[in-house]
Amino acid sequence: MESNLLGISFAGLSLENPTILASGILGYTAESLKRVAKGGAGAVVTKSIGASPRAGYPNPTVVQAEAGLLNAMGLPNPGIDVYSEEIKYAKTVLRVPLFVSVFGYSADEYASVASKAVEAGADAVELNVSCPHVKQTGAEIGQSPKFLSEVVEKTKAAVNKPLIVKLSPNVADITVLAQAAIEAGADALTAVNTLKAMAIDTETMMPILSNVKGGLSGPAIKPVALRCVFDIAEQFEVPIIGCGGITDWRDAVEFFLAGASAVEIGTAVADDDEVFRTICRGIETYLRKKHYGSVKEIVGLAHRK
Amino acid sequence: MPTANNAIRMTEIVNVRTESPTVKTFTFTDRLCGKAKPGQFVMLWLPGIDEIPLSIMDVNNGLVSVSVKAVGDATRHMHNMEAGTLVGVRGPFGNSFIESRGRVLLVGGGTGTAPLLFLAKQLSAKTERLSFVEGAKTKDELLFVRELDGICSGKNLITTTEDGTAGLQCLVTQPLGELLDKERFDMIYTCGPEVMVKKIFEMTEQRKLPLEASLERLMRCGIGLCGSCVIGKYRVCRDGPVFTAAQLREVADELGISKLGFDGSRIPV
Ligand SMILES: Cc1cc2nc3c(=O)[nH]c(=O)nc-3n(C[C@H](O)[C@H](O)[C@H](O)COP(=O)(O)OP(=O)(O)OC[C@H]3O[C@@H](n4cnc5c(N)ncnc54)[C@H](O)[C@@H]3O)c2cc1C
Ligand SMILES: Cc1cc2nc3c(=O)[nH]c(=O)nc-3n(C[C@H](O)[C@H](O)[C@H](O)COP(=O)(O)O)c2cc1C
Ligand code: FES
Repeated sequence: MESNLLGISFAGLSLENPTILASGILGYTAESLKRVAKGGAGAVVTKSIGASPRAGYPNPTVVQAEAGLLNAMGLPNPGIDVYSEEIKYAKTVLRVPLFVSVFGYSADEYASVASKAVEAGADAVELNVSCPHVKQTGAEIGQSPKFLSEVVEKTKAAVNKPLIVKLSPNVADITVLAQAAIEAGADALTAVNTLKAMAIDTETMMPILSNVKGGLSGPAIKPVALRCVFDIAEQFEVPIIGCGGITDWRDAVEFFLAGASAVEIGTAVADDDEVFRTICRGIETYLRKKHYGSVKEIVGLAHRK
Repeated sequence: MPTANNAIRMTEIVNVRTESPTVKTFTFTDRLCGKAKPGQFVMLWLPGIDEIPLSIMDVNNGLVSVSVKAVGDATRHMHNMEAGTLVGVRGPFGNSFIESRGRVLLVGGGTGTAPLLFLAKQLSAKTERLSFVEGAKTKDELLFVRELDGICSGKNLITTTEDGTAGLQCLVTQPLGELLDKERFDMIYTCGPEVMVKKIFEMTEQRKLPLEASLERLMRCGIGLCGSCVIGKYRVCRDGPVFTAAQLREVADELGISKLGFDGSRIPV
């Protein structure tokens, strides 16, 4: 049976297949999330939601890079109070688990938004920790083990659903942050968010993004993301969701072999919202060819010495 | 995935033409947009200002034109631009109007007339008859009347103004109703203010007529990723901006009613 091959469970969540829509891609409305789910996603993550509405940065917010995409949207979102209605509606139309991505500028804000998301029906919460800490302008929460553990601890205490922490790759040693998140109570980790990057136009000699700097996604970051997953899996038992540049089944399989239990897909959705189904078929064919009975059996196999 | 049309190209504005007190047409060279089809749009980067979606109004030997109404910061900035100004171009994006034969009717309001002029130019030689209904607030704001007159051979162009300074004094929907009841059309195309589009959709639905309508929503990425432009399950930047009557039926609860604002919340159109 197909679902047997691809079905996975981690952190108390059961997914029919291990491909998940990454946060920030078509993640505003229930209708969009439903369309992605119809495209074969095993779970979907919403756009990151904060305590109050944010309009985001002016355009240009997206610019193409050599082998990927740069974005600096500026976390546009309607705020959790308005978005709770969308979560409730989404729960009535979705047949796959709904993860709500949450951001904040303090531990209390994270905890409060997360608990409202769960109240509205989120099956899990994913913390986007790539935003600056109010008290420490400049430094991202996800770059400081101290801030990170404070945020995770407070949020964990506020929700009774699986808590996933999405790590930033913009650190010297991602395992230090992984450890902080795990010790503070994270049930799973997503690795990784976008890589800090920029683009400059030579004619006008100006940065192109209105925010000057943004996050790089797409094939360009896959090798970095893969290394991050491998590093974390080598040291910890925690379930990992691999994310970064996954475009085809081979990319996904690489992440499983590095130690991921599931994968999130973002940028590749632009070209094909059936990318989840296509990747699942590819994984299935691979597993059959290699005589494995389940995707679970190949998780971490690249660590064999 | 990187694609040629999504790469930003820097190009100079080579010509600026005043169309009306509030609308100017800007022309630039771009190889890829030079091959665009009617209905497609560009993301135009105004360095240091903004990046905005604009429908392609004409392509001619690698020259690409957009007609822009001054409504806010970016578009007012454009109205102060002269030939020689550098802009960045991404695109062409989106789908296009499907060419129809036989008798076609185009209904344009405001700058929505721009992509329809492009379409009319392509269709004129291929259709049995091409009729155009254009509406504006006042005479000065009726766009491209001379060009449309040439394409539609006089009596098939109907203009309306709200103040009666030119053509009929009424909204476009009034002569449209009469036309639809009197004549048979194989396809109706429309672009303009969404309340107008919605009204036209209701009129063609009542009469079971085919329709293609071009819609506008907030655009950021232009490539179907960010979700800013969604209506129902559709991404206006990628699945649209042109939608068929069947698709419009699926989004009838949002058409002319609500859209996503900059913060992703639902606001009135
Ligand atoms: C597919 C498409 C084709 C368009 N074609 C034309 C055209 O041919 N000619 C023309 O004059 N206008 C066109 N527009 C509208 C044009 O993009 C807006 O008028 C312009 O972005 C306004 O920018 P502003 O800074 O001058 O005004 P602002 O004061 O910033 O905004 C005025 C209004 O314009 C709209 N708007 C602002 N930014 C955007 C954005 N990034 N995307 C979509 N809408 C926005 C909003 O409704 C806003 O309330 C088109 C829009 C879309 C989506
Ligand atoms: C347009 C865009 C918007 C994004 N918005 C968010 C967001 O709101 N929250 C978040 O945690 N990640 C966001 N991301 C990052 C993605 O979820 C993902 O981590 C990253 O793009 C790497 O995966 P990919 O290469 O498959 O896209 C965004 C990415 C893109 C391209
Ligand atoms: S503008 Fe980003 S999805 Fe359409």
